[in-house]
Amino acid sequence: MKKLLLIATAIGVLGATPLVSQASPEADLKAFRGYYMERFPNVALEDFSDGVYAIDKNSRDNWEAIEEFPPYEIAIETGEDMFNTPFKNGKTYASCFRNGGIGIKGDFPYFDTDKGKVVTLEQAINNCRTKNGEKPLKYKKGKMTAIGAYMAFTSRGNIINVKIPNDKRARAAYEDGKKFYYTRRGQLNMSCAHCHIDNAGNYVRSNILGPSLGHPSHWPAYRAKWGAMGTLQRRFTGCNKQVRAKPFKAQGTEYSNLEYFLTYMSNGTPWNGPGVRM
Amino acid sequence: MAKKKIRIRAKMKDGVAEVKALMSHAMETGLRKNKKTGKKIPAHFIQDVTCTHKGNNVLVASWGPAISKNPYLSFKFKGAAKGDAVKISWSDNKGGKASAEAKIG
Repeated sequence: MKKLLLIATAIGVLGATPLVSQASPEADLKAFRGYYMERFPNVALEDFSDGVYAIDKNSRDNWEAIEEFPPYEIAIETGEDMFNTPFKNGKTYASCFRNGGIGIKGDFPYFDTDKGKVVTLEQAINNCRTKNGEKPLKYKKGKMTAIGAYMAFTSRGNIINVKIPNDKRARAAYEDGKKFYYTRRGQLNMSCAHCHIDNAGNYVRSNILGPSLGHPSHWPAYRAKWGAMGTLQRRFTGCNKQVRAKPFKAQGTEYSNLEYFLTYMSNGTPWNGPGVRM
Repeated sequence: MAKKKIRIRAKMKDGVAEVKALMSHAMETGLRKNKKTGKKIPAHFIQDVTCTHKGNNVLVASWGPAISKNPYLSFKFKGAAKGDAVKISWSDNKGGKASAEAKIG
């Protein structure tokens, strides 16, 4: 009875029918994944990282053509240069990360039990910079995307495996991200779920909506619309603006918790950044 | 390792050579304004692109400010064979130049 009431309240409050009003993140993940596997029966789990290109042949052909010579190559090169150039104090980015910073994109986002918050790769990059006397980078575009592109590139092929530690605060951050995902917002009064769950595979104007499963895998990405690279949280900002909601601050609690939830929901799919998208 | 100005790849496909190049260039139109000073950012764009194969021009292009930043160029031509060299060069309105070569694979 209590569970029924809880679900009813959840639906009432959240607006969209949550796939995941279950008891645990593991159960949420199973339901989330199950929904997409059923909706797109011809797509293998690992192919969801290709997003729309896994579910639409026409888009895929165009994408494969541009992947022969991807626009993010420039960013990877710039990023590699940046990564290998020492800071003014002589140290390098390698000193701030496990394995010298190579192949470690999968370490993020994670819940930092000391700091009591979700830490993303972009935050870690800036923490590294400020710790070594350098100015932090802007979070949505520019140099951050170059170094992010290089670090994503060295991690290609690793499998997304976000862990939620046995910590009330970590669980709360996950639940907060989940709630954000299912909450209506903006003048258009839509939630992430309305487009990316209910309408995954359908058109919105001339674009096909991609499934949320696999969404975080390919960031930072070169988006044709931007004519440049951007981070995942830059995209969150854009998405919120598109439903005419005031966007939140990049790398603030809301978007970082959302990234935590979304990345967990893509556990089991490969990291394949940096990517090219519309 | 400095940023390459042109990345070029070429391969044979169905008897035709396919050349692709990604160029690093700001391609400023001259109409954008610097947000801080309000002044127009001076035009800086590639004007001429030439691709040669065995001394012959296989592509000659006149570009202007309508071409995007970091232009991507792709084209095909006949009469080439695997192992031949293709060279692509550009010059811009400020006198800047760059070129790169690749072997057709």
